[in-house]
Amino acid sequence: MIELTNLTKRYGRFTAVDGINLTIPKGELYGLLGPNGAGKTTTMRMIAGILQPTSGTVKISGIDIQKDPLVAKSRLGFIPDRPFVYDKLTGVEFLRFVAGLYGQGGAEIEDQIDELLELFELAPWKHELTESYSHGMRQKLIISSALVHRPEVIVVDEPMIGLDPKSARLLKDMLREFVTGGGTVLMSTHTLEIAEAMCDRIAIVQAGKVAASGTMEDLRLQTSSGDVSLEELFLKLTGGFSERELSDLFQR
Amino acid sequence: MISSNAEGIRQSAGILAILNPKWRSFVHRLKNHRSGAGARAMLLILLGGAFWTAVFGLSYRILKYIKNVEEIGPLMAGKMLAVALLAFAAILLLSNLVTALSTFFLAKDLDMLVSAPVDWIWLYLAKLGETLAHSSWMVALMIVPILTAYGAVFDGGPFFPLVALGVLLPFFLLPTVIGSVLTLILVNVFPARRARDLLSLLAIAAGGGLVLFLRLLRPEQLARPEGYQNLMQFIALLRAPSHPLLPSEWASSALMNWFLRIGDPLPILLLWSTAAAFIVIGASLHRRLYMAGFTKSQEGANSSGTRAIWQSVGASLLFWLPVTRREFILKDLRVFFRDATQWSQLILLAVLLLVYIFNIRSLPLYTGEKVPFVLVTMVVFLNQGLGGFVLSAIAARFIFPSVSLEGRQLWLLRSSPLDLRAMLWSKYWVGTIPLLVLALVIGIVTNQILQAPPFMMVLSIITTVCYTLAVGALALGMGVIYPQFDTENAAQIPTSFGGLVFMMSAVSLLTIIIMVEAWPVAEQLRTWQLGEPSGFPTSVVFSMIAVMGICALAIIIPLRLGLKRLAAIEV
Repeated sequence: MIELTNLTKRYGRFTAVDGINLTIPKGELYGLLGPNGAGKTTTMRMIAGILQPTSGTVKISGIDIQKDPLVAKSRLGFIPDRPFVYDKLTGVEFLRFVAGLYGQGGAEIEDQIDELLELFELAPWKHELTESYSHGMRQKLIISSALVHRPEVIVVDEPMIGLDPKSARLLKDMLREFVTGGGTVLMSTHTLEIAEAMCDRIAIVQAGKVAASGTMEDLRLQTSSGDVSLEELFLKLTGGFSERELSDLFQR
Repeated sequence: MISSNAEGIRQSAGILAILNPKWRSFVHRLKNHRSGAGARAMLLILLGGAFWTAVFGLSYRILKYIKNVEEIGPLMAGKMLAVALLAFAAILLLSNLVTALSTFFLAKDLDMLVSAPVDWIWLYLAKLGETLAHSSWMVALMIVPILTAYGAVFDGGPFFPLVALGVLLPFFLLPTVIGSVLTLILVNVFPARRARDLLSLLAIAAGGGLVLFLRLLRPEQLARPEGYQNLMQFIALLRAPSHPLLPSEWASSALMNWFLRIGDPLPILLLWSTAAAFIVIGASLHRRLYMAGFTKSQEGANSSGTRAIWQSVGASLLFWLPVTRREFILKDLRVFFRDATQWSQLILLAVLLLVYIFNIRSLPLYTGEKVPFVLVTMVVFLNQGLGGFVLSAIAARFIFPSVSLEGRQLWLLRSSPLDLRAMLWSKYWVGTIPLLVLALVIGIVTNQILQAPPFMMVLSIITTVCYTLAVGALALGMGVIYPQFDTENAAQIPTSFGGLVFMMSAVSLLTIIIMVEAWPVAEQLRTWQLGEPSGFPTSVVFSMIAVMGICALAIIIPLRLGLKRLAAIEV
């Protein structure tokens, strides 16, 4: 379970996240949508304990990450948008290291690592240094690292970037299975079809605030839209180029 | 169609267009008015000014003295200049080898530049210029006060700066071209991206170069003219160039010709023609080999069978640690020993330490007339300070960057339940234990060579242990307070502002320790001279307690500040 209460982040005079309130219960896959610079990544990094909020609280499974960071973080798996890993570690060493960060080791973890590497088709390269991995392989390694310690909550920022269709499908299935098993997922994405197909509920963030949230039906009601797609809802809530404007741009 | 004028290839980007982003970035960095930027700039200017003044003052005094030595004065000045330029050339060559690998093959802008319709010659010249600037600026700054002193003593005249520029430009260009050509060849020779192998070769070459350089210098002969059979032999040595084909020799000859009003243009012609020829050769090789090398530099490293051994050895040695700390330490060790830019410097360090010990051995304490016991003790005491400075430099290179190197992976450490205190302590011990072993080896070996009295040996060992533990904490703490997360090359991190602050703090700490110990040591020496019974006087005990207290503070304060800063870092 994730609870955000009046979560705010300011950089000088600029407010990146402006008093966000969200509650994501167990067993739910929640989508965070919004245009570039809306504050999605900042919100996710605050949930992951990487950024400190200016004000407000983040609770992971009921534990305040500010007050009890180590316990809160031990329940969490974070998948960032940019897959930076240690270039000079092999894939298996990286996963072993991450498990160690969560205080886990031994035969059980070794089995879990092997299983994850098999699942994401990284096993043939598990003893290669990650500097030789492609972007997609690194992304898969990071996803594996978020799962290796069996978290209760997964926060995932743009998970599909760089993944091949098979891996993307695998990830979708895994996340769905994870929430079915009682886990909680908060996922940000720009791919509206994925959000529409996967998420139980969605929040659309605009200028650091939640512009609308709920199920697809809720969003349609809130925006007084008929039976429209998420893309149209998104553009209506966040503003977007009209066809005419785009046409003008390319004619110039 | 997006653009209406895409019918043909547009004019290729020139050298200025390629270098423009670098220049703009540099300007933006200068303009970056962060808090404390003014104070930093002022501190840097003051320190730089003080350094220049000191180098100028020292050079001026030596040259003034030498100039007045009859017959051989100008010859000795010329020889000194040749030796200094040879030393600079060696440093430049090493620096260019490492920089060229980065600018020509590993830089982030290469994908964009190589995929753009940029003419190969402009790419070559732009990258050569970038390599020149990155690798030479420090030597260029160092050389200014020395040449200013030469100009002042030998009356270089108003046009001397122009002459110096005309001499130094090809002198700097030559190692840049040679360094980039060697890198180009090495990158092509290796079948895959084996930067580690490449850099290990560079490091060995550097170590070999240093030994060769010391051999070429034969400094002990210059320092002892009485060792020559006659004055003519000594003059002959001064007249003889280190090697007639060395550009440093041409550069020193060109400058001395100007000072001595000798109208011989050959040295400067040799410099310029060789530099021009080397650029042409370099460009030609670049045209033939660059794309193949660039392609190979992007290939992955091979797997190695030694990694499994690593795992089992490391795990069994550190079995007693909790899994989090064990994996963290293992990670740090793996990353260090797999990164050639890191471990290759250990070879250089070993060479430099050998030179240090060799120099201590060469001190004429026990070779000629019997030196008073007091002087020996003084040398041992000063050696402690010198050793401390060496340790500070090693800590700056290896411990100071350790948190900065987490840079892009900090997201993982911050989002995991890793206790930051545990992380900091792990890094402290991983860096400080090898430093302590090294410090004790240096201290004990050099004290043995110097035949230090037992009292000084004990004092030296206790001081070394305390100072090493403190300097490790200071380096780590300062490294967190002044992190360089954007710098990928660990060797560049100690040259940052934070590195400078660390070195200043370390030297200040060392000075305080030496001052605290100086008085009781002097008292002990007085006691010996008066023939009173020796032993551990109370003042020594008090000074040792004071040193321990100071070092304890120097451990606790930086680590606490570092921990606080680490918790506040936002990535």
